[in-house]
Amino acid sequence: MNYRLVIGLEMHCEMKSNSKVFSPASNVYNKIANANVNAIDLGLPGILPNVNKECVRKALMASLILNCQTPEYLMFDRKNYYYPDLPKGYQITQATMPIGINGHIDIECNGQMIPVSIQDIHLEEDSASLDHLSKTSLIDYNRAGVPLLECVTDPCMHSADEAVAFLDTMCRIYQYTDISEADTKKGQIRCDVNVSLQDENGNFLTPKVEVKNVNSLGNVRDTILYEEKRQWELYSEGRADELIQETRRFDEETGTTIHMRSKVDAIDYKYFVEPNIPPIKIDSNYVESIKKDIPMLATERKNMYIENYKLDEKDANIIVKDKKNADYFEECISIGIDAKVACNWLNGLIIAYINKENISLDDFYLRPNLLKQIIDHQNDNTISSKQAKEVFYKALEERKEPKNFISKENSQITDEKAIEEIIDRILADHPSQITEYQNGRTNMFDFFVGQVMKETRGKASPIITKELLHKKIDK
Amino acid sequence: MRYLDKDLLTIHSALKNGEVTSKELIEESLTEIKKYNGDVNAFNLLIEDAKEVSVTDSILSGIPYAMKDNISTKGIRTTACSNTLKDYVPVYNATAYENLCNHGAVMIGKTNLDELAMGGTGTTGNTGTVHNPWNLKHMTGGSSAGSAAAVALGVVPYAIGTDTGDSIRKPAAYTGVVGYKPSYGLISRYGLFAFASSLDHIGTITRNVKDAAIVVDAMKGADAKDMTSIRDMDTVSLYKAIDGNVKGKKLFYIKEICDKANYEGEDTQYVLDQFKQTIDEVRTLGIEVCEESFDIDLLKAIKPIYDCVSCAEATSNDSNLTGIIFGPRGEGESVMQMMKDHRTKGFSPLIKRRFVIGSFVLQKENQERYFLNAKRVRRLICNRMNELFSKYDGLILPCSGSCAPLLDDASDKITRNNHYISILENHLAIGNFGGYPSITIPNGFIREMPMGINITGAFKDDANILNVASAIEEKLGYKNQVVKEVK
Repeated sequence: MNYRLVIGLEMHCEMKSNSKVFSPASNVYNKIANANVNAIDLGLPGILPNVNKECVRKALMASLILNCQTPEYLMFDRKNYYYPDLPKGYQITQATMPIGINGHIDIECNGQMIPVSIQDIHLEEDSASLDHLSKTSLIDYNRAGVPLLECVTDPCMHSADEAVAFLDTMCRIYQYTDISEADTKKGQIRCDVNVSLQDENGNFLTPKVEVKNVNSLGNVRDTILYEEKRQWELYSEGRADELIQETRRFDEETGTTIHMRSKVDAIDYKYFVEPNIPPIKIDSNYVESIKKDIPMLATERKNMYIENYKLDEKDANIIVKDKKNADYFEECISIGIDAKVACNWLNGLIIAYINKENISLDDFYLRPNLLKQIIDHQNDNTISSKQAKEVFYKALEERKEPKNFISKENSQITDEKAIEEIIDRILADHPSQITEYQNGRTNMFDFFVGQVMKETRGKASPIITKELLHKKIDK
Repeated sequence: MRYLDKDLLTIHSALKNGEVTSKELIEESLTEIKKYNGDVNAFNLLIEDAKEVSVTDSILSGIPYAMKDNISTKGIRTTACSNTLKDYVPVYNATAYENLCNHGAVMIGKTNLDELAMGGTGTTGNTGTVHNPWNLKHMTGGSSAGSAAAVALGVVPYAIGTDTGDSIRKPAAYTGVVGYKPSYGLISRYGLFAFASSLDHIGTITRNVKDAAIVVDAMKGADAKDMTSIRDMDTVSLYKAIDGNVKGKKLFYIKEICDKANYEGEDTQYVLDQFKQTIDEVRTLGIEVCEESFDIDLLKAIKPIYDCVSCAEATSNDSNLTGIIFGPRGEGESVMQMMKDHRTKGFSPLIKRRFVIGSFVLQKENQERYFLNAKRVRRLICNRMNELFSKYDGLILPCSGSCAPLLDDASDKITRNNHYISILENHLAIGNFGGYPSITIPNGFIREMPMGINITGAFKDDANILNVASAIEEKLGYKNQVVKEVK
């Protein structure tokens, strides 16, 4: 018997904004606990929410990118439950009228385009974060009130690869639009993963299992693979009655999921419309202006690199994987660096360097204008590619502009006469090697180039050297 | 010579003329409060070191007032008379309070209320019962019980109150003073300890209509911190709008509420007779007063709507009272147990009852039938009211079927199975359903206890309503009355 995996995702993403979604407290990551907190975040008696316009704009943009229907009115609801990380005893979210419903997006998975349908996308506030110690728990309210975008898909994905590809696409959309950094290392992405199995006719074999709060793309993959195995094993062993509609959590240490509560214990969140936020009419002109502001996204940029700059698909893919890389690349081009040259530098030395140093491209010292100093000198042959590499590392090491390391003293020898003199001397000293070369040992050519480089400590222009050598010894 | 039992303009000009100083007024207020507070229990906190304020052109400058104890005042204990907020000292100011400070108003103390403003008796706060200064055996009504009592006593010229169903206007009627709840959003709710957000209002209790206008003028204003605050009435002066020119104004009363045939009790018969006389006097001002019929089923729904909506919103609003961030920390093995312990010990049974009702009507299986239907019928009532307000300047009605009930008469007579009595006692909530400006003024006495009438108008038509109320007040002759002898 065959089965089909059915996956639906609820993806929570912390948004980038100056202030929190309903309070003026700062929304900048702060290592010091309880530093970004005000009365509203603490739910002190008498406080009222104030909707952050920047967040609404970004949420609408996400809704439009996902081809959702946008509502006529902006409305919020309260989700009521008690938990120590929820200061007000309710979360302000959107249930009645989410900022987007019935959307869809095509994602690329293993070279194929797959449609994903979006149930809704909505704007809400995050809770505080808890740190459980052995005997006490600490509460950090920095996260309380941080804007969250929650995107809910239909149960329309059928493999862990598809689920991860979807999340990866979403992260890139958020990054390219500046909606979020979508950085899992900072805990900015959290997913609830719904998994069940169907037979070939679309009948459910197992009840829906929801795995809560999975916090990285890798863990989403592991969660799905584990649940698929667990559910199929129980089902095929005839133990289907042990499968119940339940909520589980992913345990990172064991790579398994653990039962939290069953459907009968499901919490009634007693949703109702937030009375402190009057319905706000969403102007169609406003929506149109947001639509116009949607920047080029990863796929479009990739296609542009292939068509306009003649990059190959592999290189283009590497560049658009991270918006920072794509921005860097485009800045290079805008200041006149050749696209292929920029691509080689970026996908070669630069990515290797930032990976090795474990830094972000934002913190990479050689901005495109500094990189250009190296490339320009390479282009007019004042330095060799070997020297360019040296200057690159030297500049990064000392955090000084590359031009400081490009002097006349170590610049390339391009004087043909000077090189010719050296070549003549070397040829005179190695008659037998000339004979060998002329008898067909073509690799002896490199021997002569090497000798010239040795003599000039690598400064002779390799192009000129090779030209002259060919003239002299090719018969 | 006493000043604080006079109207605001008199006190202001005495300050301007140098007859009296702000410091002397503060002393007078503190002395007078202490004289009566043992009997009446209007205040739970006196600001003994209240600072005098130099007198400016602002009428409120330098003059003491009383604040209901459910409005956030930075550094000054605010408890809403609930044990869950015992010793709670806010870290921020309510916008309304800040506006009063900016006008030079001097807060002299915090007044008692029903716990968390939920209640209409003035008997359920953790600081004990508030007694009606006209006769200590009677209640003041609530929840702004202490504020009403303080103004009736003449220990302050005005007090701040809050009103979710009738919490300013009912106690004002029961203590023979003026209670004004402006349009929803005219005064920012930022810093008002929420009871039911869609019904909550800040307002004032005074001894005449003009004073009410002056106080609300000082408190009102668009506030970026309250998204429901009215944005386009900042330039309106309610005080200046009172010009006494009311000829040709049109009021209506509701036939079903004012028909004597619907009631049995002697008191109610008397109240309705008095109301009729009041109407006659109103007509002599050149104001037309008409009878209008209102769907009885809608009127019967007032109390259930109020219960559903207010309890539902309250159970959510008060979910922040867990003792984790503020308030006395509960005991228990886990955080959830600590929260439970705090709430079990902190709330009175009456509050818990409301939370149970609120949770019940919000439950998934009940929400459609109770909470959402309540909201729909609320809308129907407002639609009908708006229709009537398009023809009339306002609605005029008696505030209740009798005077303030006796305190030891614990068996709530008003819950007898007579719909009409229930409507007569609860119709002021219409003002909260639609956010309408609504003002209560005294219109006489029944068994030596004061009673009042109410005038309610269209949303944002505050100036018109106050002008009409002021003219009627002049005519009726109970303006600026204070309790002569506390007994």
